[in-house]
Amino acid sequence: MCSLEKRGNVWILTLAGDDAQNRLNPTLIDYLASALSRLASNATPGSVLLTTAHGKFFSNGFDLAWARSASSPAAAYDRLQSLVASLRPIIAALLSLPMPTIAAVNGHASAAGFMLAISHDYVLMRGDRGVLYMPEVDIGLPLPDYFVAVMRSKIRSPAVLRDLGLGGAKMTAAEAVKVGIVESAHDSEESTVEAAMRLGEQLARKKWVGVVYAEIRKSLYPIACDALGLTQKAIVSKI
Amino acid sequence: MCTLEKRGSLFVLTLTSESDEQHRLNPTLLSSLLAALTQINSQATSASALVTTAQGRFFCNGFDFRWARAAADPQAARIRLRTMSNSLRPVLAALFSLPIPTVAAVSGHAAAAGAIFALAHDHVLMRADRGVLYMPEVDLGITLPDYFAAVMREKIAAARDVVLAGRKVRAEEAVEMGIVRSAHDSAEGTVEAAMSLGEELARRKWVGEAYVEIRQSLFPEVCDVLGLAPKSIVSKI
Repeated sequence: MCSLEKRGNVWILTLAGDDAQNRLNPTLIDYLASALSRLASNATPGSVLLTTAHGKFFSNGFDLAWARSASSPAAAYDRLQSLVASLRPIIAALLSLPMPTIAAVNGHASAAGFMLAISHDYVLMRGDRGVLYMPEVDIGLPLPDYFVAVMRSKIRSPAVLRDLGLGGAKMTAAEAVKVGIVESAHDSEESTVEAAMRLGEQLARKKWVGVVYAEIRKSLYPIACDALGLTQKAIVSKI
Repeated sequence: MCTLEKRGSLFVLTLTSESDEQHRLNPTLLSSLLAALTQINSQATSASALVTTAQGRFFCNGFDFRWARAAADPQAARIRLRTMSNSLRPVLAALFSLPIPTVAAVSGHAAAAGAIFALAHDHVLMRADRGVLYMPEVDLGITLPDYFAAVMREKIAAARDVVLAGRKVRAEEAVEMGIVRSAHDSAEGTVEAAMSLGEELARRKWVGEAYVEIRQSLFPEVCDVLGLAPKSIVSKI
């Protein structure tokens, strides 16, 4: 199962789904919702979130097998829509979390799993295996509005957006570093998590004020925040 | 003006030179482009792609200002220019609505509306031995139609250099700037590479409806000014 543990100031959220691909189904999404809400209420200056998983997959996206196991195609479509709807507040919670966030991408991150990863402030990725991939064009599915909004907010190159969204490109860590989606590539799962941990400790030492940090983050990604229904809060600052 | 042929899985749209080697966009060329794209849309299957190219050393040199200036007076010339600008909109809207991947083989200069027309394709390949992408409006002292600006904002990260500085971008620079996918050493080399890319994309057999919707969702500002309303398809999962 998933876990949320605290090491120093760094909260480590480990994804573990019902299968090795960490597919996002209602159980995993509910866990994420409660973990993020627990984090939001326990944040103190210096808190950092580090999200990772074990094995070949960070997350392979929505649990389409669960959706398809519904009684009819219409019911399957409803299940998919409910997954799309239930991940929305998770992405919104990440973008408004009052602390720096790091994804240590230990393996494949595709579709909704990719969105989950790039909704963190920093993405570190293992370089020896695993790709970032939007399979929607290959399987004939349109992109949910907030997927597009997060991609447009986080991926500034039109050519990269085109290759991922309209080309079904599978991007390795090295390529993702080159185009600015990933901070750094590492040669194993362990070294990715270690590097993420070091970055987390470094960010923790800044002891940033969480509410201000969250407002600054939101102001940098207005397209994503708009699609996610996040509004900017007015903060009376110290100056 | 332009020809449309089917070569295997590809639709090949070629701007031809018999009346104007610069392939300037005037009402005749614009309406034949629209007709060709409409025909492609109705004949497209999931295993096809479009390659657009041109004969000679120009891909397309923008709107036909000669035709505009040949009007009786400046007022009539302005109306002609507006007519062309209004007629390019549905051509771009048709490109953004094609249910197949689109590739422009920029075989020579692509300036102003000609550059916009090229950039409205999903993939742009360009010859490196000659020819530039160039937005001359700032040099000429004319403003950009709303949809030109939207295409520039959403398709080019360095829009300032291209639009506000009138930088003439050669193929190799355009590759570095992420505008052009690849540069080739001749017009023929560019077209050949575009054909093989087109065939490769056609083999992916993408579902046309989803492809269009993803494309339109990735470039919402362009689609908005072109009047393309977002539609939600019910997909099979």
